[in-house]
Amino acid sequence: MPTTKSLSITLLLSALLAPSLAFAQGSEISGANTAWILTATALVLFMTIPGLSLFYGGLVRTKNVLSILMQCFAITIMISILWLLVGYSIAFGPSESAFWGGLSKALFNGVEVDSVSGDIPETVFAAFQMTFAIITPALIVGAFAERMKFSAMMMFSGLWALLVYFPVANWVWGGGWLGQMGLIDFAGGTVVHVTAGVAAVVAALMLGQRKGFLSSAMVPHNMTMTVTGAGMLWVGWFGFNAGSALAADGSAGMALIATHLSASAGALTWMSIEWIKYGKPSALGAVTGMVAGLATITPASGSVGPAGAMLVGIAGGAVCYFATTYMKTKLRIDDSLDVFPVHGVGGMLGTVLAGILISQNLGVFSGNGYAEGMAMGSQVIVQITGILAIGIYTGVLTIIILKLVGALTSGIRVSDEEEQMGCDITDHDEKGYSM
Amino acid sequence: MKLITAIIKPFKSDDVREALSELGVNGMTVTEVKGFGRQKGHTELYRGAEYVIDFLPKAKIEVAIEDDLVDQAIEAICKAAQTGQIGDGKIFVSNLEQAIRIRTGETGNEAL
Repeated sequence: MPTTKSLSITLLLSALLAPSLAFAQGSEISGANTAWILTATALVLFMTIPGLSLFYGGLVRTKNVLSILMQCFAITIMISILWLLVGYSIAFGPSESAFWGGLSKALFNGVEVDSVSGDIPETVFAAFQMTFAIITPALIVGAFAERMKFSAMMMFSGLWALLVYFPVANWVWGGGWLGQMGLIDFAGGTVVHVTAGVAAVVAALMLGQRKGFLSSAMVPHNMTMTVTGAGMLWVGWFGFNAGSALAADGSAGMALIATHLSASAGALTWMSIEWIKYGKPSALGAVTGMVAGLATITPASGSVGPAGAMLVGIAGGAVCYFATTYMKTKLRIDDSLDVFPVHGVGGMLGTVLAGILISQNLGVFSGNGYAEGMAMGSQVIVQITGILAIGIYTGVLTIIILKLVGALTSGIRVSDEEEQMGCDITDHDEKGYSM
Repeated sequence: MKLITAIIKPFKSDDVREALSELGVNGMTVTEVKGFGRQKGHTELYRGAEYVIDFLPKAKIEVAIEDDLVDQAIEAICKAAQTGQIGDGKIFVSNLEQAIRIRTGETGNEAL
């Protein structure tokens, strides 16, 4: 009897172990990493729908809320299909070029159930990166909110993803020239926030101000929605930054804590400045400071330590606050929802700070340390080169695309009458609220 | 019969309702309205953009009452709605030609 029993236990154990052993030998996929990146993919999609949609939707006037929700939703579905068609290939294809990935992976050619990228399935990697391609053009929506034709918005977003986002993602993350140069951009300070921010300010200038900008009240129609969306963005950002480690490891953990601390410090800073300056802290100030802290830590989240992350957040909150006020009241540029001063400026600032706070010689504020052959000076020069190259490329391409779209749609802007009526009715024959 | 229209601070609506009920007033209509008087508006600040809000929220109370009650009603509304701060509101009194209770067809004071 004892013999039979031990034999059956041995059989049971081998039966349990056999599949995992076979799995380990058969491929190099890490289950833990795969599970985390699957989760992070969902978190990043959640940032756009519904996080960013609600955040933006609450900030516009009642007559435009649905147009904002619809624009974010439409961008999500269109960019997903473009990602399948050519986006993934242009960004992460295997070409020899340092400027794009070629078209060999168009329509996910060769991406099969057992394809591997690093130690996760290639499908998971491609889906994770897709969610970044989605949120970037969706961020720009904030700049042309309340006055751009839906048709023009769709054409612009599609062409912009094709000609700006996909190539730039290749330059930095897909083995392209900026990545080769040693640019530190862990989760998209340049690829996501600088591109979106620069496109935003260009679009705002080309569209012109909304009717009544700064002369009539354009108060957010639903701050509850905005604060809710902001909370979702914060949570989703854990996937954005900690997911960018592409592994469930210490780097992901550090990125997550850095992200959280920078968001907190950014919110606290913005709120405090308002409190001192105007006598009252505002909810919008607190959540905008949070977004500024998050955008600023994004490129740096893989290089800085927790104390360094707090400095990044403080810098992001303060600099983005003054940039926002300056753009609006001094330059009088109607970047409706402040995409450039928060995302663009935050992304640039964070990209530079990543090159400084990665240093191991800053005591408690130290980061991970420079790559072989890099020092603070040379790293900062690379960081600035990356910002300038991507910023200028994005600016020029955005102008060209908007001109082209303007010609195709006989003007990217809605008529004065339509603007007065609101884009919900004029673009969609619907209303956000029927009360 | 008179129609009393009182524009008051919204948070005073319940006090006014109670005061009028004590007088035996059996019904009234309250509407949320916006407007300005001497109080002017206030400013709101969103990310550094300052907006002057010209119209402030007020409650408009409309109550139809028999002539004998008018003075008491005015006194009751004044007492209940007063804070002493600017923006307490106004009371308008106008003649009311007719009142009809739809259910029974009663008219005049009977319908109030």
